[in-house]
Amino acid sequence: MTSKRLTLGRLATAATAIAAALAAPGALAQGASGKLKVGLMLPYTGTFAALGTAIENGFRLYVDENGGRLAGREIEFVKVDDESEPAKATDNVNKLIKRDNVDVLVGTVHSGVAMAMARAARENNVTLIVPNAGADAVTGPMCSPNIFRSSFSNWQPGYAMGEVVAKKGHKRVVTITWKYAAGDESVKGFKDAFTKAGGQVVKELSLPFPNVEFQALLTEIAATKPDAVFTFFAGGGAVKFVKDYAAAGLKKSIPLYGSGFLTDGTLEAQGEDAAGLLTTLHYADGLNTPRDNAFRLAYAKAFKLQPDVYAVQGYDAAQILRIGLDAVKGDITKKDAFAAAVRKAKIDSPRGPFTLSGAGNPVQDFYLRQVGGKENKVVGIASKSLADPARGCKL
Amino acid sequence: MDLATFLIQCLNSVQYGLLLFLVASGLTLIFGIMGVINLAHGSFYMIGAYMAFALAPIVAATFGGGFFATLAVGVVLAVALGYVLEWVFFSFLYDREHLQQVLMTYGLILVFEELRSLLVGDDVHGVKAPPLLSGSLPLGELMTYPVYRLFMSAVCLALALGMYLVFTRTRLGMMIRAGSTNREMVQSLGIDIKFLYRIVFAAGVAIAVFAGMVAAPVSSVYPGMGNSVLIVCFVVVVIGGIGSIRGALVASLLIGVVDTFGKALVPEVAGVLVYVAMALILLWKPDGLFRAG
Repeated sequence: MTSKRLTLGRLATAATAIAAALAAPGALAQGASGKLKVGLMLPYTGTFAALGTAIENGFRLYVDENGGRLAGREIEFVKVDDESEPAKATDNVNKLIKRDNVDVLVGTVHSGVAMAMARAARENNVTLIVPNAGADAVTGPMCSPNIFRSSFSNWQPGYAMGEVVAKKGHKRVVTITWKYAAGDESVKGFKDAFTKAGGQVVKELSLPFPNVEFQALLTEIAATKPDAVFTFFAGGGAVKFVKDYAAAGLKKSIPLYGSGFLTDGTLEAQGEDAAGLLTTLHYADGLNTPRDNAFRLAYAKAFKLQPDVYAVQGYDAAQILRIGLDAVKGDITKKDAFAAAVRKAKIDSPRGPFTLSGAGNPVQDFYLRQVGGKENKVVGIASKSLADPARGCKL
Repeated sequence: MDLATFLIQCLNSVQYGLLLFLVASGLTLIFGIMGVINLAHGSFYMIGAYMAFALAPIVAATFGGGFFATLAVGVVLAVALGYVLEWVFFSFLYDREHLQQVLMTYGLILVFEELRSLLVGDDVHGVKAPPLLSGSLPLGELMTYPVYRLFMSAVCLALALGMYLVFTRTRLGMMIRAGSTNREMVQSLGIDIKFLYRIVFAAGVAIAVFAGMVAAPVSSVYPGMGNSVLIVCFVVVVIGGIGSIRGALVASLLIGVVDTFGKALVPEVAGVLVYVAMALILLWKPDGLFRAG
């Protein structure tokens, strides 16, 4: 049985190789001159729709700044709405790869969907740039020479905050998050840094995603009386948590620290209850560097909107693509040279320059930000050139 | 867990349970009494929360009222919405199979979510509690308890009592109960059952919208918020016994206790505890705790 399957497998491989060889001349001839098809797989409907739009805007802004061409090749977009739906992810990404024959994949926001994209990118040897999803595994066990990320790993902001909280002299901390990958990974990062600096996580509280009934857990926090609380929540959950934390009277007595998503895009709704909160992220308001100012101005002009961290990540995804394409003169089939060039490059991001690790994840500064008014104002650098440990990556 | 913490957790349980009842009682009317599987119930809750957010400035500009004026306007609009929906969609569904009801009400969820996205957008919003109720009471050493949550509990209790009285003590309640047992017989006695059902449906929608509006200052307002309450509402209605208001109240409080203490004591399995409780109760009483009729 095994041998039969093996032979079949070999046959299939051989057939693929022949097919590839037959197809190759055509592909090469088209190579460096024709349009380059970029498959944008992003959420355009549902909870993350605004994020998907911001990422696409950022990406387009960079392409437009370069006259619609990267490395001499005109960019053509093929868009798919992934609906942040992991169940449809494999079908969606295969449509882009097999039906539309895209040259490069860009996506997405939802980690579960991004994992399916990473798997497909590995199997089909397609270049993938992830402009948001923070799942550690994308640049961990799933890593590949052709997978890059322009955003962050969930572990990173947590780790940066662990250093900050330890430096503030807190010893006993309670963590609270949703019981799912992003929450767990963020808390893991926090714990790594905090316990390394001698602190102790006395209780790890969690509730099922996307449950937002926090009252029972807030009571637990009050009963435990820790020095501080670290949290990861995002979107609607983040708004409710910050408000409930303040309403329960805990904000006055137990300082709250969070991964940056706690206060990103949510300040309007959180209002006064978020004032003064400290969070860590790779982007902040008020960076006031020439690079960031220019980006913000251009973005505001083009889209009549203020850019956010997602727009920056989209913009940098396009920068990564350009660096790789420049190195191979637009011929994206030269995967090795493309990957090597991207890993060597310094990416001139609005957030500040960063490089990519061997696993393809940004090695970047994490800012400590404080909520003031409707902004996450930078107060300093929480962790300099922080690299994800890329656990499980065999590159 | 010391005594003080235990008591606070009990308060949390009751408060969460009452909130669940507030949302689930509308579903009891529509699903329990009228027998229509209404997946869009969560959407009505979502619509209510968004009304609390979006109507407030409009109401303030036209009538000069605050939170309570917005509530009143919202409920009136909700009754109208429920009335029209029943007329246009649901009245065709009573004799159809449950699967068709599921399909249509699922379609309504999609329509409502998309309309919400077009009209208000996908951002998360906060709603301020009325100034009168925005204070908080000290509780234990560190905690305080928002007055608004106590107000919500009081509203839930009042609603529960009101519904109970209407159903057991009034002629209208009697007609509704009779209608849920045998439509044709009620009709042949000269009661306009179609109109009656339209009223019940509108009331169910209004209660869900009202629940969303009352909950908005505490829960905040965000896309997809209706879907998360929908499932637990069905759990409440099924545990309580289909069509029983008393059952829904008891079931809500039970779920409140299970969920709160589950999260506090065994966080690893808190996500499934509610469903385990449901399974056990259905094994013990397959029709739920207090099945009506």
